[in-house]
Amino acid sequence: METSQAVATGDTFAAQSFELTRWRKVALVLQRVPIFPLLILATLIFTAAAADFLAPHNPEVGNLRYRYRPPVWQDKGSWEYVLGTDHMGRDILSRLIFGARISLLVGVTASIFAGTLGTTLGIMSGFRGGWVDQVIMRLTDAWLALPGVTFAILFAVLMQPGKWNIILILGLVYWTRYARVIRGEVLSLKERDYVRLATVAGCSRAKIMWTHILPNVANSAIVIATLQIGVSIITEATLSFLGVGVAPPEPAWGLMLAEGKSGLMAGYWWLSVLPGLCIMLVVLAANLLGDWFRVWSDPQLRQL
Amino acid sequence: MTEPLLDIKQLRTYFVSAKGTRVVKAVDGVSFTLNEGETMGVVGESGSGKTVTSLSILRLLPPAARIVGGEIWFAGENLLTKSEREMQRVRGSQITMILQDPLMSLNPLFTIGNQIGEPLRIHRGMRGHSLTERVKELLRGVRISSPEVRMREYPHQMSGGMRQRIVGAIGISCEPRLLIADEPTTSLDVTIQAQYLNLLKDIQLRSGLAMIFITHNIGIVARMCDKVAVMYAGKLVERAPVRTIFNQPAHPYTEALLNAMPKLTDKTERLWSIEGQPPDLSNLPTGCPFSPRCPKAEDRCHREVPPEYQVGDQHFTRCWLWERR
Repeated sequence: METSQAVATGDTFAAQSFELTRWRKVALVLQRVPIFPLLILATLIFTAAAADFLAPHNPEVGNLRYRYRPPVWQDKGSWEYVLGTDHMGRDILSRLIFGARISLLVGVTASIFAGTLGTTLGIMSGFRGGWVDQVIMRLTDAWLALPGVTFAILFAVLMQPGKWNIILILGLVYWTRYARVIRGEVLSLKERDYVRLATVAGCSRAKIMWTHILPNVANSAIVIATLQIGVSIITEATLSFLGVGVAPPEPAWGLMLAEGKSGLMAGYWWLSVLPGLCIMLVVLAANLLGDWFRVWSDPQLRQL
Repeated sequence: MTEPLLDIKQLRTYFVSAKGTRVVKAVDGVSFTLNEGETMGVVGESGSGKTVTSLSILRLLPPAARIVGGEIWFAGENLLTKSEREMQRVRGSQITMILQDPLMSLNPLFTIGNQIGEPLRIHRGMRGHSLTERVKELLRGVRISSPEVRMREYPHQMSGGMRQRIVGAIGISCEPRLLIADEPTTSLDVTIQAQYLNLLKDIQLRSGLAMIFITHNIGIVARMCDKVAVMYAGKLVERAPVRTIFNQPAHPYTEALLNAMPKLTDKTERLWSIEGQPPDLSNLPTGCPFSPRCPKAEDRCHREVPPEYQVGDQHFTRCWLWERR
């Protein structure tokens, strides 16, 4: 008889715990907002916007007397240069603060641009099929076969170097990943009954692509985009390092990372580790946001 | 009686392989008529061309299929001469279709209300309050309780039966004149099936729409339909009012189908089934396609394709047996 009693009390317990107090409701709403990644992004955006006021030193002019100063917590570190200085005596903290501008801009915008281009082409390719599919997919194959960086250098030489051109170039280099993945998903989606039913309901093809296909592939596109932000920042660094990206005295995280590589062996770890950490934070925030979006956009997961 | 709502004349839909070497005659010379408010059952084995016939009416065939001949007259217009844009206006407002699987027929990302409202937005341009009211009315019409709440929910929150009823509501939202139901109950359990069929019947009585009911289930035909078309290997082998089919089947295939239906009074252990396999549609036998399996086949059946004979009032069949009479 014990078990039946346990069941009975279990029921009353369940009924009680389902009634939420006002505070629990507020807490539940707060739980759904991605506080941590939003905090990171807000800080970074604020830093980038207010760089002129926040940076303690000029990021582009160094003092050669203070080369390779370590961060403050190490021996020989000083509060003058909190995160140390680089090979030209420039303040790392100031460079990181100013670098946030270019790196965020390039990373985010290039991913969005590549994502828009790739998703559009992927949906068209998968949904229209036939020769449209053939043309777009063969183009994608050819594009993928070209080495990305070499390709980007070629573009960069053709166009003038500069941050907007870099964004354009990165978008043109990386759209293929989106196109491939999205096309595959569309191929399976368009055979679903609800897409057929939409046709039966009299939707035009454009309307089906826009309202039934796009929301269903948006998820994958955003997941790729969040990963792509980091890749874009690094590729931008490579291009800058090779002299076809952002012009060197201007600070960018990727560029700092690349320049600091040689210092690693000599023990100057802060040159590349610190900008690396910044890139990591951005990518982490983007991934967390993407993950939150995935849950938020799926009605089934949203209600859990 | 004025002219029928739907008049299909000698419809032929073929699947042609990319090189044009293989031709599958999925629908081969099908003709029938359907009046306003009537229900026609289409029965036949898998692959006999039932679905292709209905998709031809909506012009929603897969790319490999081509309508190579015939006419489809709907409400005085030939659907086969319409442009794609004109067809979009017909689909959803004049002719709608309910697909087999209710679990797959709804987009998981949108609310029920949004999806029921889609045809109304497209064809009637309805928005805002009037749209909400109409959606609620439709949900009530398919007996979904508390429509205000349900219309804001998502497909995964509904049971299979509810989803199928919602698909039904989408189907009738613009008050179409013809509803094609392609095995709408195969994925539902038996009690839900019965409810759903009653509901469809109710809707039909209220709105006077014509229905084409595609099914494997002869029991459903007996219960739902006014007339029956039996398809075999892309051909319509017999069509008649529903009573006639059950009482005096004229074609040996129809007879066999009826025999294959298990009866409660049977004492036999094994179910009876028709000998052999349905023929390969790209390589039909000469003569009547049913002849290799037909118990009454004569020499002639193996050589020549039988024409359609009128057997009784509104009763037609394609079988040589009826030539003598």
